[in-house]
Order: sequence, then structure tokens, then C-alpha cells
Amino acid sequence: MIDLKTLKVAWFLGYRQIKRASVWTNVLIIIIMVLTFLNLVVVSGLLVGLIEGAVAANKKYYTGDIIISKLKENNSIQNSREIISTIENTPGIKSFSPRYLVSGLVEANYRNRTNFDDVAEEVGVIITGINPDREDQVTGIASLVIEGEFLEPDDFDKVIVGALMLEKYLDINSPGFLVLRNVEIGSKIRLKIGNSVREVTVKGITKGKVDETDRRIFMNDVQLRSMMDRNDLNVGEIAILVDSKHNPETVRDILINNGLDKFAQIQTFEDAQPKFLLDIKRTFTLLGTIISSIGLAVAAITVFIVIFINAITRRKYIGIMKAIGVNGKVIELAYVFQSLIYAIVGSIVGLFLVYFLLIPYFDNNPINFPFSDGILVAPALITTIRVFILIIVTALAGYIPARIIVSKNTLDSILGRK
Amino acid sequence: MKNIIQAKKIEKTFKDGVIETKVLRGIDLNVREGEFVAIMGRSGAGKSTLMYQLSLLDIPSNGELIIDGIDVLKLNNQQKTDFRLEYLGYVFQDYALVPELTAVENVSLPLLMRGIAPKDAFIKAEEVLHELDLHRQVHNLPNQLSGGEQQRVSIARAIVDEPKIIFSDEPTANLDSISARIVIDILKKLNRKGQTIVMVTHEEEYGKETDRIIRLSEGVIEREDILNKDRFL
Repeated sequence: MIDLKTLKVAWFLGYRQIKRASVWTNVLIIIIMVLTFLNLVVVSGLLVGLIEGAVAANKKYYTGDIIISKLKENNSIQNSREIISTIENTPGIKSFSPRYLVSGLVEANYRNRTNFDDVAEEVGVIITGINPDREDQVTGIASLVIEGEFLEPDDFDKVIVGALMLEKYLDINSPGFLVLRNVEIGSKIRLKIGNSVREVTVKGITKGKVDETDRRIFMNDVQLRSMMDRNDLNVGEIAILVDSKHNPETVRDILINNGLDKFAQIQTFEDAQPKFLLDIKRTFTLLGTIISSIGLAVAAITVFIVIFINAITRRKYIGIMKAIGVNGKVIELAYVFQSLIYAIVGSIVGLFLVYFLLIPYFDNNPINFPFSDGILVAPALITTIRVFILIIVTALAGYIPARIIVSKNTLDSILGRK
Repeated sequence: MKNIIQAKKIEKTFKDGVIETKVLRGIDLNVREGEFVAIMGRSGAGKSTLMYQLSLLDIPSNGELIIDGIDVLKLNNQQKTDFRLEYLGYVFQDYALVPELTAVENVSLPLLMRGIAPKDAFIKAEEVLHELDLHRQVHNLPNQLSGGEQQRVSIARAIVDEPKIIFSDEPTANLDSISARIVIDILKKLNRKGQTIVMVTHEEEYGKETDRIIRLSEGVIEREDILNKDRFL
């Protein structure tokens, strides 16, 4: 049983041992603890951040906070007009963008084709009809235009092409993955929807690292409707942005309670996350945990060695303290306190670096990966758990060597006998 | 005067594999309360080993040891530590101060272990250091003190919680003659106030200043020289 007196004297000894140790020794151990902390938090945080970046992009540029999509058995969202009317009257919705979707073909370079026996340069595509202003309010699509300009509401025969439709942005030479060659701003391309064929001009190219948008062609909804040969006004998707006072789950539930789920699938951005992203996230989390665990073990061994060397070189004084009546528990706890001070100071410095330096840095300068803009993810709860683990492991790494030395015979320790 | 230490047939044998070395061969020794005893002898005579047995720093291979009426060899390790804290004080040849504690912190350590509040412990420790003429070195670390000053701090630490017995192992061996004189005078002064002291020394000059010299040779008491008959007989 450890009483208050034991704790007080242990703190008295442990604190002074650190206070009067070499500054460089203390700095070195704290640097090791900081690096361990960063290894624990940053490595897995970056791995998860790659996926979180993709999830965040999916939400920001495609689904919004809530995405309403067609039921599997239908080609479009039935009763779209009524659904849009309900959305307009639902509290908490900041803005929304209905999208007309239709599958079609896009053909390029047909003007240069001299031999009509050659296979046409056609690629299957989802053509998306949008109200440019509404869509930009929800997804900020205009900011994704990397070449040319975004659509104006009165643009006709003009389209925005997703970057992954173009060879210059996706240089993959695979028969199953067709892309358009030599398409630039101002190029003429042909859209084929059923029997309807229309020549349009490429006004802009978008790139948001979201497959759903980067492999689409966008045009004004009014023109697309005229090409679709449909009079029902049913849309294919509705992306919704929720205001800051409401959370997406609440608004989703309101829409479901209004019976909209009979006509459409209503999901928050989290519900609509692609399964492969969740799988990768799980895998990366596991990888991060494995790498962090190795780092933690290395740190524990380092602290063990540091404390062991410290205790063994002070074995004589440990013996003297035992001789004059300082019990072994006090001496062991003094070393535990030392380890705790190192771990806590290291964690505080690490927390400062992560939350005030690295996270803001990666938010402003995401890591440019092909499928996402990688950010650093360090949720407070998980970080707290990792700090706790680091502190416990460090305390143990301090306790064990101290216990080994303290348990030696007092006189042997004083005389330096084996 | 009662016997504060009663040692009967104390033996100590060291084993190294099959080789046994008998260092103490049945020592019978009593020390009276308030007595100043010197244990002397040639190198290897067993004087330090005897002091370690008497002061509970080691366990005799055989024998009986009663200190202040308590059969101390029956105590477990924790009880021995507590006993040392309450009854015994130590002065070592090489001072043995904890290097990261200042003089006053070293001296206050036994008081803190007895549960005395730090503020009170520091006040008491400073008083003792002042008594030993160390008022200017109170906040010095051991490496900022001379050998004589360190030994005086060590004595201060040994006496601060008023133990019944002080064991002193060659307290003057590492000191120059002036510092050694100061240390012996301090021990004599403490003894005059009633402090029981058992001191191991190889210096005849200082041994003669005690009440009794116990001379060891090859693990047995060769002779006892009673120097202050008036005091105890």
C-alpha cells in the first residue's frame, strides 16, 4: 500500500533528480518522448488523413451534407418536384442542388477522323445537368475549375469536363479505361444521349480528386433536359448543404419522416461513403497502429535503458538511502515520477506541435496524393488515449529497472558488490 | 547503564561457490547506552563486517543480536528499514550524500521519511547544520562542499532525527588532519550529550579518544581496551 508520505518523499527525490540532472540529458529524453508521441499520433494520423481527405473531398465537392439519390429500381428520383418542394420547406437546409443525370457517350476528335472505318474515339460518361449557381453554392464546383471557366446560367452548348475523362490528366493506357485525347479548352466534342447527338464546346475542366465528379461532364440543366427526351422533370441526385445550427443526421431524419424515403435514398455524407474508402481507412488505421506500437516499444526500451543506467550508476546512493531508512517503494516511485515527468512534458510538447503546428500546416498544405489531399487527422479522444498509453508505458519502463536495482541487497549496493 | 547492543556469538561466513571464508568467528559484544566504542584492527580483521552486522546493513550467518531490547534478526526487510530509520544513524567513510540533494535536503531526508512536513524538516535540518558550523553551506550541493564539510553534513543527517545509536565507518579516513580533528570533536561532543556511538577506525590516535577500543584479529575479539573506566564501571 502506498501512503501519502511515500508519495511525497518519492516526488521530493524524483523531482530533484530531474531538476539537477544535466540539461542535455533531460532535453534528449524529452526529445525522444516528443518523437515517440509524434510517431504515435502523426504516422497513423497521416495514414487516416489520406482517407479522411478523400472523404472530406467527397462531401465537399459531391454529396454535400446530405445526398438524395434514386432508388435502385428507378432511373431517377420519382416525384422530384414534390421532394424539392419539401426540401425548400425543411428547416436547417442552407442550400441544395438538384442534378439531372443521364448516361451517354462523348466523342472527341471526330473532325480529324479521315477513315470512317476506324473506331470512333468515344467514352461512356454520366452527363450531369446542373443549375450552375445552385451547384456552386452547395459544392463550390467553380473553385475546382483548373482550366477555362465555369458555366454561366445562360451558357448553351458549353460543358465542363471532369479531369479524369482526359488523357492529359489521367495517362492510363488500358483498353478498359478509356479517356479522351487532345481535348483542350475550346475543343468541340459530341454528346450522344440515346438518339440525340449534340456538339458542344469544352468551356472548363474540373478536378476535385473525387471520382464521382472528375469523371462527369456538366452542362446547364435546361439544355440537358431538352436532350433527354423526358418530360417528367425527375432529377437523378440532390445534394444538400445544412446550416451550422443543424446536423446532417437530424435533417436526414426530418426528410425521412416526411416520407421522402419512399421515392429516394436519403443519406448523410457519412452514410454515402464508398465502402472501399471505409475498408482502406480500417487498413490504414491498423497499419498506423502497428507502426505506432513499434515506436512505442522502442521508446519504452529507450526509457528503460536510460532509467536502468541512471539507477545502476546510482546504485551506491540507492543503497545509502535504504540504509538511512528510505524504503524501497519511495525510491522506485521516485523513478516512476521521473519517467512520468518526461512522458508528460514530451506529450505536452507533442500536443502543442500537433495541434498548433502540424494540423494547421497540413490543412493549409495538404499532401498531394493522386486520390486525395492528405491531411493530418488527430481526434481529441484518440490522441488522449495515446497520451495515456504513452504515459503508462513510460511509467512501467521507469519502474521495472528501478525495481531491479532497489531489490538488490542494501550492503552490496553500498559497497558496489555484485 | 543498560546494554543497548547485545551481540552473542555473531558469525559471518562468505561463500563463493564451494569456498567459504569465515570473517567473524563468534563475536560476543555488549555496548552500553551512551558509550563511545571504537572497533579497531588490521585490514581484513573483520571490523567493518562486524559493524555491518551490528547496524543491520547485513545479516549474520549465526548469532543473536538484541538492540534496545528488540531481537532485530527476527525483523523482516521492511521492519529492518523502519528500525534503521528510527533507531540508527550512519556516517560513512566516503560521506555518501545523495548528489542531487543540497546539504539541507540530504539532512532532512530521514525526517521526511518519518512523516515530518517538509517545512518543519528543513527548519530542523538547518538548525543541525548550524550547530555543525555549516550555516553557509546549507543550500550547497555535495559537489560544492569540501570533504570535511561533506562529512559534517553526513553527521548532521545521522543525528537529525536523534537516533539511539550512530554507526560510523572510518569517518576520518578520507579527510585531512584538520577536518578529521573537527569530525572527531563533533562525535565526542555528541557522545558527551549521551549519544551512543560505534566507530570503526584504523587510526589509533582517534580510537584512543573513545571510551573503549575493541580490537579484532582474524574475526575474533583479540582484546578490549577500556579507556574511560570512571564513566561506566
